[in-house]
Amino acid sequence: MNVSPLGIAAATLTSPIPAQRCPVSSGQLLAACRLAWEQRGQLAALWASDDRDRERGFCLRVLLRDADGLTLLENILPDEGARYPDLSLIFPAANRMQRAAFDLVGAQCEAEDQRPWAWQAAWPIDRFPLRRDFEPSPKWEPGEEDYAFVKVTGDGVHEIPVGPVHAGIIEPGHFRFQVVGEKVLRLEERLGYVHKGIEKRFETLGILEAHRLAGRVSGDSTVAYAWAYAQAVEMLAAVAVPPRALWLRALCLERERIANHLGDLGYLGNDGGFAFGLSQFSRLREDVLRVNRELFGHRMLMDSVVPGGVARDVDDEGAAAMRKQCVALRREIRVLRDIYDEHAGLQDRFRTCGQVSNELAVKLGLAGLAARASGVAQDLRCDFSVPPYDALSVNKMTRADGDVAARVAVRFDETLESLRLIDAILEAMPEGEIAAPIAGVPAFALAFGCVEGWRGPVLIALESGPANAVRRCHPHDPSWQNWPVLEHAVIGNIVPDFPLINKSFNLSYSGHDL
Amino acid sequence: MLHVLRQIARTGLKTEAPPDAARDMVIAARLHQEILRTLGRALTIRHVDAGSCNGCELEIHALGNPYYNIEGLGIKFVASPRHADMLLVTGPVSKHMAIALRRTYDATPDPKLVVAVGDCGCTGGIFGESYASLGRVSNVIPVDVAVPGCPPTPTALLQGILAAITTAAPRSEPSLTATPDVVAEPSPQGEPPPTP
Repeated sequence: MNVSPLGIAAATLTSPIPAQRCPVSSGQLLAACRLAWEQRGQLAALWASDDRDRERGFCLRVLLRDADGLTLLENILPDEGARYPDLSLIFPAANRMQRAAFDLVGAQCEAEDQRPWAWQAAWPIDRFPLRRDFEPSPKWEPGEEDYAFVKVTGDGVHEIPVGPVHAGIIEPGHFRFQVVGEKVLRLEERLGYVHKGIEKRFETLGILEAHRLAGRVSGDSTVAYAWAYAQAVEMLAAVAVPPRALWLRALCLERERIANHLGDLGYLGNDGGFAFGLSQFSRLREDVLRVNRELFGHRMLMDSVVPGGVARDVDDEGAAAMRKQCVALRREIRVLRDIYDEHAGLQDRFRTCGQVSNELAVKLGLAGLAARASGVAQDLRCDFSVPPYDALSVNKMTRADGDVAARVAVRFDETLESLRLIDAILEAMPEGEIAAPIAGVPAFALAFGCVEGWRGPVLIALESGPANAVRRCHPHDPSWQNWPVLEHAVIGNIVPDFPLINKSFNLSYSGHDL
Repeated sequence: MLHVLRQIARTGLKTEAPPDAARDMVIAARLHQEILRTLGRALTIRHVDAGSCNGCELEIHALGNPYYNIEGLGIKFVASPRHADMLLVTGPVSKHMAIALRRTYDATPDPKLVVAVGDCGCTGGIFGESYASLGRVSNVIPVDVAVPGCPPTPTALLQGILAAITTAAPRSEPSLTATPDVVAEPSPQGEPPPTP
């Protein structure tokens, strides 16, 4: 993004994809966001840091993404009383991020919606956990908040509260439906139940050991998070990762994508009333996890990616096992895809269900897989290919319909594409070392990591402190962008279709609640 | 329909023999006799994610796949704690989930069992205790069996669940805030996390 028309100075920022850093005033912040929106840019993340110890007050950071790369806008709020403009008027996804930035850091926004988001009465509302002088007290007991849900009134309107403990084996969150008969008029989400202080925990860890925590921000995307974190550390340390390690990381990332897509395809069949699909796809997923365990030592590939490289190499025998598995999976998935496509009952549930138009997807900033199913052609692996993806020419999988059927189709397409990528990786993977040593990183430096996980772009913003400490780490999951879109996707659908629509997005609670 | 039948026939039976119960995961077998008398070998489980990263959930899901076929053992996941004999609890208990977890526990009829799942459920794991996390599950509700691992494999989960319903005589007097003084070897899947 060209910020020079706004009279803003930009400096280059260390990041695996092109990025610039711009100090801005409140007025410039708003103008830059407007300009970004006009140039088809999107909000990638928004967070705040307490920099009072460095005499810089509170720093609000807004990360924008467009075709040129990333633009980080830094607005310094000199004291607690200072406010920054409401960016949700331009980027609706900013709403919850702004509220969380207040709950955790106390950075105030001018927005009308001042309801808490990350806060749920577990600590006093006037204390801010991510401030450096925050002292938790053992006397603070979990409490109950009285959250101001938006009410719909009228003849025959009633309300269905669901959660936080859900009926299935899934993460906790609260959904408040306003319905007439079976039809959903409005859904409002209340998340934050699995807020377990991940960002604060990062600050107690050394920068060279915190990749394990990064790999547990959202367990289903452990490779994506660990890779993004490792990228940020490597950028800070200015260390070149051995090429073989990068190829092995891509191998793991694609296996993670396949495992998650297979699981989702099974559950989507099941939620559509077709238990056969769950049985078949969960079997295939298990086959993938078992090979992971054998070759990488962990079924879900946790701790496979480490700063500097990867933890384990793959030998010829392992490569042969993966190739064999690719052949078998490809054959089975094609058979199952035909069965799904020809199943009238299933297609009846999938088609036109939970539709998100391309226009809405763009307006709300939908990200990742769900965005591609609404015709938004974004994929970090293609748009800003870092090695080895620059040598693999990934095919971007998109669909136009934006319904459950489209999200199912994108999953099928991407699974087959990832199988192709695994074959290509095994074919062309260079020999050599699998990790480079990292001695340390300079203090008070900021770097990014970003990786296209199976759900969408995963971002890590990492700031170092003295003596290789983590000064601030903000992991950002695409679920931040996508949760609010789910509220729109269910409008006008019937309540029994909600589980199906929800599953077709399959968003992260832990990665969002932090 | 023909495709479906052909695929079922081609897939064949995948179910494997269940593992033995892991007695060393039991930390308080206080309800054993009563449970066995009441339930026989049919068990219903209510899962509660009290703050997990979703890793344990994925492995609990795997219990239902044809290889582990947990329903074939007479064990079923149910939608309400009121229908459950056992709570399978994951995560370090986030403060935001503490009340919901206690209410779920209270809503589960006696006699009931609690299995804490994963390194986080057993010890607080990598997240530990903080302004937002209460750490191990037994800090909030009584726990009978603790299954370590990050996440535990489906086999380890089955061993823990089976241990809860088949193990004899308690090792120690039950305590409402029992800490898992006896836990199994760390799951070979991952190193135990550093103590926070």
